[in-house]
Amino acid sequence: MNEHLQFVAASLAGRFEIQLSEFRDQVSLLVQAQQILPICQALRDEFEFNMLSAQTAVDYWPQEQPRFHILYQLYSLAKNVRIGLRVPLDGNIPTLPSIEGIYPNANWHEREIWDMFGVRFEGHSDLRRILMPYDWEGHPLRKDYPLGYEEVQFSFNYDEIDRRKPYMKE
Amino acid sequence: MLEKTEVTLDELRHLISDRAIEGETVLLNMGPQHPSTHGVLRLLLELDGEIVVNCIPDIGFLHTGIEKNMEAKTYLKAAVMTDRLDYLNTVGNNLVYCLAIEKLVELDVPPRAQVIRVILTELQRIASHLVWLGTHALDLAAMSVFLYCFREREIILDILEMCGGQRMMATYIRPGGLWRDAPAEFEDAVRKFLDIFPARIDEYEDLLTKNPLFIERTRNIGVLSGEQAVRWGVTGPSLRASGVALDLRKAEPYIGYEQYDFDVPTHTDGDTYARYLMRMEEMRQSLRIVQQALDHLPAGPVRSNNRKYVPPPRSELGTSMEAVIHHFKLWTEGFPVPEGGVYVAVESPRGELGVYLEGNGGPKPHRVYWRTPSFVNLQILPLLAKGHLVADLVALIGTIDIVLGDVDR
Repeated sequence: MNEHLQFVAASLAGRFEIQLSEFRDQVSLLVQAQQILPICQALRDEFEFNMLSAQTAVDYWPQEQPRFHILYQLYSLAKNVRIGLRVPLDGNIPTLPSIEGIYPNANWHEREIWDMFGVRFEGHSDLRRILMPYDWEGHPLRKDYPLGYEEVQFSFNYDEIDRRKPYMKE
Repeated sequence: MLEKTEVTLDELRHLISDRAIEGETVLLNMGPQHPSTHGVLRLLLELDGEIVVNCIPDIGFLHTGIEKNMEAKTYLKAAVMTDRLDYLNTVGNNLVYCLAIEKLVELDVPPRAQVIRVILTELQRIASHLVWLGTHALDLAAMSVFLYCFREREIILDILEMCGGQRMMATYIRPGGLWRDAPAEFEDAVRKFLDIFPARIDEYEDLLTKNPLFIERTRNIGVLSGEQAVRWGVTGPSLRASGVALDLRKAEPYIGYEQYDFDVPTHTDGDTYARYLMRMEEMRQSLRIVQQALDHLPAGPVRSNNRKYVPPPRSELGTSMEAVIHHFKLWTEGFPVPEGGVYVAVESPRGELGVYLEGNGGPKPHRVYWRTPSFVNLQILPLLAKGHLVADLVALIGTIDIVLGDVDR
């Protein structure tokens, strides 16, 4: 493991509840949802991880506790190292604090995670759907969401299919 | 009576100013059907006369659910979908996906395959920059540059067709190497391109670099400071034009980029003109890399010999029972990938193209996440656009170099 990462892991372990893991030379820390804000703050201000390069989620359904893992990939320009963070979340109304205040580009990443996984971010400035239509029901990247197929709308069955759309109300 | 629900202004209230509610400024839709948005990008603009007060991008019109679809396919079948993400950088998309699989299963790749990968990704980078240059200049009313750029792009697409059998979406790069060896005429074709192309770059520069109209439209438009760019996670030429020399080919070398001698050009102005100069210089650097790679193109196999992941050559199928079994297993069941996730990133023409690939021990990926540079870079558009004219907005969309297939996935 890189020296800087060793130093980071050692100093964070004293202050927060973290679990270090290494897979194929990539280091990631398992952290708790309520500590994600102070950890990100520390990583950015004290350990020079000044770029959030990716943020996403993984669904482990049918496992419920934890059901989701929220993943963060941070990059340090000065040290040229990457570190991953994983936050486990339960399946029942998953919420965690937004890191938009620390890394502004988390804005769209978190909107995408809300759209695709239905994970809510507290304190997010603009939590709307981003990729799916605004009136879409469900969160497509969840494992219990079927891949599904949509019938093609032709003029002869246009109205009939339209009636089943989520934007129609009786 | 059936009725469609609509988005009300209340839902966007936090994104626009009070003046829009009072009727002092105008809300205007731009797109999704608009030639200068380079695809299907919709912008909701709040305008004070011709000045942009607020700009709210609305994306997702090209969302095809590639991440969800890949979870339902074997690793090899899912590779075909990677071409469709960023359709101007198809080779680069294949590459990052294959690198992730190779990292997960610890697969070796023969040196000849690595060098051909370098040549093709660099040619693809040039082709992508040519499309960018042509359309960007066209947006700013320089018609002829577009025609010249597409003329040269065609030569590169011919080379790609020669190798993979397809102009754009060949899935030529496969886990463990390449689909097949490059044909005999490949080297000559690339050399011929290397001979003519430097003069062609000069030709484009003659048309634009000192053109007062072009400079007027691009200088001091959309200035992005280096500190801002890093905070917003901007990567690629847009970051380097703001003075930050981050290039993943240098920072985290992959497929042997550490063996090549090339520079990472940077610029300090951070405006649209600087980003233009950056990409022109990058094309020249790509040529240097291709030249060196071609001079040291080794002979040998182009596919790994690990039959658990890479199909055996066609010729063996008639004589070896073992080869038939491997072939059958790979094309029906696919290969299993161990549990665990890796994040792999490469330098695409637009910036950091990353993929997070997680296996679950089975033949299908548990999760494939694409960190696409266009998605992240597009976020700074409102920041750049504020205070500029609507006409400059067209230049700004062009300068970020987005591909909507890459944004919406």
